[in-house]
Amino acid sequence: MNHESAEAHVTPYRTYVYVWISLVVLTGVTVTVASLNLGLASILVALAIAGTKSTIVLAQFMHLKNERGVFKILIPLAVLILVVFIGLTFTDVAFR
Amino acid sequence: MTDAAASTAIEHHHADAEGARLGMWLFLLSEIFLFGGLFLVYSVYRFKNPADFHAGAAEMSRFLGTLNTVVLLTSSLTMALSIAAIQRANRSLSSWMLGFTIALSLVFLVNKYFEWTAHIGRGIYPNSHYLLSQPKGTILFFGLYYTMTGLHGVHVLVGALVLTVMLVLVRKRVVDSKSYVLLENSGLYWHLVDIIWIFLFPLFYLIT
Repeated sequence: MNHESAEAHVTPYRTYVYVWISLVVLTGVTVTVASLNLGLASILVALAIAGTKSTIVLAQFMHLKNERGVFKILIPLAVLILVVFIGLTFTDVAFR
Repeated sequence: MTDAAASTAIEHHHADAEGARLGMWLFLLSEIFLFGGLFLVYSVYRFKNPADFHAGAAEMSRFLGTLNTVVLLTSSLTMALSIAAIQRANRSLSSWMLGFTIALSLVFLVNKYFEWTAHIGRGIYPNSHYLLSQPKGTILFFGLYYTMTGLHGVHVLVGALVLTVMLVLVRKRVVDSKSYVLLENSGLYWHLVDIIWIFLFPLFYLIT
């Protein structure tokens, strides 16, 4: 019995609809912010919103929140390594 | 005795599905690093040519970019609903949602076709006479634009083909409420394609 309940996390349909609404709203926010001409801040805001949207997709649509620890460690760790690589290489180019 | 055998079978199946998902995730991580390298190239060239990248982005249709973003987000919703439906053994709803997902992927590609032909019609394509007369940064911007949206477009096309196979498998009951890891893994791939677009969209369409 225990195994069966652990096997499938059945999410209500409406949860996915709420997730979709939040993603569309965030898209609207990022388009609006882009037309405000905030300069450097607009890049940071755009990336922050893209990061937030991706996290929502990963956790909800891709069910990472329901997976076991190995998934919850492995995937964020790989993404973190990519961010560090991009960050370090970029700063090397920028401040050389 | 039979009870014990049955529960072992369930455990066994459970482990297989999880292993299959983990394998899919490892593949997706390699995809993330493939695109990650391109994002790094983009950020360095953009840092070195801010004005040219700004001019290049001015050639983009913000409307079509936003439309395609909403199209892909909606296809991710229908994909997730398709899996949620098969979990509830609702084969009909699952098939419909898969069908919508495939249709939306084609809408995305048709929009992309209009965008690309509009640019090519104005003489903006790799090695074109017009583009070569532009500053170096603009040439780099459009080179990256065609490479990154092109590679992403190939992923959308592959995703549409995989989801079409899934639709056949759901109809044939190969994928059902007891064994749906194939559909889950196809969904993971589809959502990743969506995530890559989530980053491509602001970088190419929303530069100010």
